[in-house]
Amino acid sequence: MSDVKNILLVGVGGQGTILVSRILTAGLIKAGYDVKMSEVHGMAQRGGSVTTQVRYGKKVYSPIIGRGQADILVSFEKMEAVRWIEYLKPDGVVVVNNYEIPSMPIASGKEEYPQGLIEALQASFKTVVIDAGKIAEELGNIKTQNIVLLGALVKALKMDEIDWEEIIRETINPKLVDINIKAYNKGKEL
Amino acid sequence: MKQLMSGNEAIARGAYEAGVKVAAAYPGTPSTEILENIVEYKDDIYCEWAPNEKVATEVAIGASIAGVRSISAMKHVGLNVAADPIFTYAYLGVNAGYVLITADDPSMHSSQNEQDNRYYAKFAKIPMVEPSDSQESKDFMAEAFKISEQFDTPVLYRVTTRICHSKSMVEFGERIEVEPRKYERNAAKYVAAPANAKIARMKVEERMKSLEEYACSSPLNKVEYNKDTKIGIITAGISYQYVKEVFGDNASYLKLGFTFPLPMKLIKEFASKFETVYVVEELDPFMEEQIKAAGVKCIGKELIPPMYELNPDIVAKALLNKENETKKVDAKVVGRPPVLCPGCPHRGFFYTMSKKKNTVVTGDIGCYTLGGSPPLGAIDTCICMGAGFSAGMGMAKAFEVSGRDNKVFGVVGDSTFFHSGITGAIDIVYNKGKMVPVVLDNRITGMTGHQENPGTGKTLMGEDAIQIDPVEVLKAIGYKTVKTVDPCDLKAMDEVVTEAANSEEPYAIVTKRPCVLIKGLPPFKTKCKVDRDKCKKCKMCLKVGCPAVFFKDGASYIEQSMCVGCEVCMQVCKFDAIEKVGE
Repeated sequence: MSDVKNILLVGVGGQGTILVSRILTAGLIKAGYDVKMSEVHGMAQRGGSVTTQVRYGKKVYSPIIGRGQADILVSFEKMEAVRWIEYLKPDGVVVVNNYEIPSMPIASGKEEYPQGLIEALQASFKTVVIDAGKIAEELGNIKTQNIVLLGALVKALKMDEIDWEEIIRETINPKLVDINIKAYNKGKEL
Repeated sequence: MKQLMSGNEAIARGAYEAGVKVAAAYPGTPSTEILENIVEYKDDIYCEWAPNEKVATEVAIGASIAGVRSISAMKHVGLNVAADPIFTYAYLGVNAGYVLITADDPSMHSSQNEQDNRYYAKFAKIPMVEPSDSQESKDFMAEAFKISEQFDTPVLYRVTTRICHSKSMVEFGERIEVEPRKYERNAAKYVAAPANAKIARMKVEERMKSLEEYACSSPLNKVEYNKDTKIGIITAGISYQYVKEVFGDNASYLKLGFTFPLPMKLIKEFASKFETVYVVEELDPFMEEQIKAAGVKCIGKELIPPMYELNPDIVAKALLNKENETKKVDAKVVGRPPVLCPGCPHRGFFYTMSKKKNTVVTGDIGCYTLGGSPPLGAIDTCICMGAGFSAGMGMAKAFEVSGRDNKVFGVVGDSTFFHSGITGAIDIVYNKGKMVPVVLDNRITGMTGHQENPGTGKTLMGEDAIQIDPVEVLKAIGYKTVKTVDPCDLKAMDEVVTEAANSEEPYAIVTKRPCVLIKGLPPFKTKCKVDRDKCKKCKMCLKVGCPAVFFKDGASYIEQSMCVGCEVCMQVCKFDAIEKVGE
């Protein structure tokens, strides 16, 4: 098989998966990898389930990740981790934000938010559970939870040869760099 | 310099490098970002959002006749709207080069159908180019213009969602400055009167022959032989990436970037070298049928599905019967369909309509299509741009001639009104339709990500522009009453709808409230909050279908980080259990 690695970021439209993938791809390109990335637009957003797929290696062909092929699944929302889990390699790692966003069938009272999702993930996969929302709030900006998750992703993938702090500085609005660097390091510590 | 770019960004860069001077489009997923990126080069390229795809294409055709290189871009269904000019421009031929970009949407990520627009090339008898990644999306543009000018023809540039929205590395080139060609009146060429068209018709057939010859030596078509392989694969576009992913060096490839007319000589030569030849293409057997008709033995749709997107998994399962190992987890998940945003101005209108008995709502294409989803469920039809008015007209007439008294409300957004709603509105008033046209004016083209339109007062290039008001347009075409209303004021909304339903004279409604996502609007300082002691758990507030409102720990709850304080939920609560906080 090829040396290509696959990262699948999933969440709910509006959660900031795109910024994480921008930092991620910028870092990977700097490290000299061939990179492809795929995302969804339009009707597929609007509070719907969203994915961003990042593939990198010496030479990448398909921009999308097959089932059972992701080395790591980073889920910005609990239920989304389970929705996309079959894309994870059987020995892959799932990084899951312990955060619930009810979908419309749940919000309108037709369905209940499912229970025991984290336990179900842990029973089958190597699972890293992060309270990214809580950590971001403690740092003073709930919007940095995506960068907390980036920190956890970098740790899980052992991509230490890349200077991620530098990439964050180059990518993020200068006013928000400090808090995001803190968020990144928090995510890496966990 | 190498950059990670989406196919759409790369197409824009390619058009710039190819010396394009005029570009026009109507937004539509997955094509929208092409013009949004062309505007980066506005010092060198005039670009515009046209009211619809037909207008955009005619603008680009005019520019091409006048002597400058031009493009128009649209989603696949947009080409149905632009079909009229392209079929005839195929006869006339170009002065400076002209390329029409069609962005198809296999699997219908954001579309009402998944038509395979490659047939337009065959139908209109024009050459077609299909890139397979971002680098090719840029590079092929220069060759497309060469083809256009060398063979005196418009060129169809066909991409799909995974080309448009995937990012891969692109090496830039320099812009070629192309001198405008001389323009001279030439009625025999540019006036498609029957006598001229008959002559042009013959030229089109001759052109097809020269294009097929070109195809066999085109730099866009490549053979990749791998040693000792028994399998040969003919493929194009994104499918090339998938077969490379699956077969790697274990097959040889005929990778086509110029896909109409097909290089049949090249195909026959390639196919003769292998025991097994596969044709791998997404959607219809466009290439396969032609290849089989030419007598080449190959396998295609016997194994490869004829609908939805392909991916490496599907190709591996179909051709090698191989599947990756996967592991499931023991938990159920609930669906997460797209929804109207918290504070969306459309919510008030659709909530009002969801309460009306004996009423039909003919919908249209845009965010407001989501008004058809539960719990609002307030739309009867959604067909294409503009049908919200005209299909409503047909239903109203059908109810009338069959003696039924259902009241029809036809719905379009502001951008759709300018696109093709106006003609329907004229039909209703001219032919005495007993129905109510409703323009949901949110001051922007919403679903595709906030493009300017004739109602916003700005152009794509950032200039101030005339702001066309749907109210004035409706009045001018003969609507005696045109009521404007804030759709989030449920009482006023209900009154207007009731009055419209009972009106004997032409009556139109324009709801006015801006999309909450428009940048630069005043911040939302107040929010709605549930007084959980007052909440009687009747769940009425859940019926407005707002993602910020849900039931939590035995009472209604409003997620404060999502709420923008539109007050729609507050107005439906009979127990005053929702209050306004903040400010």
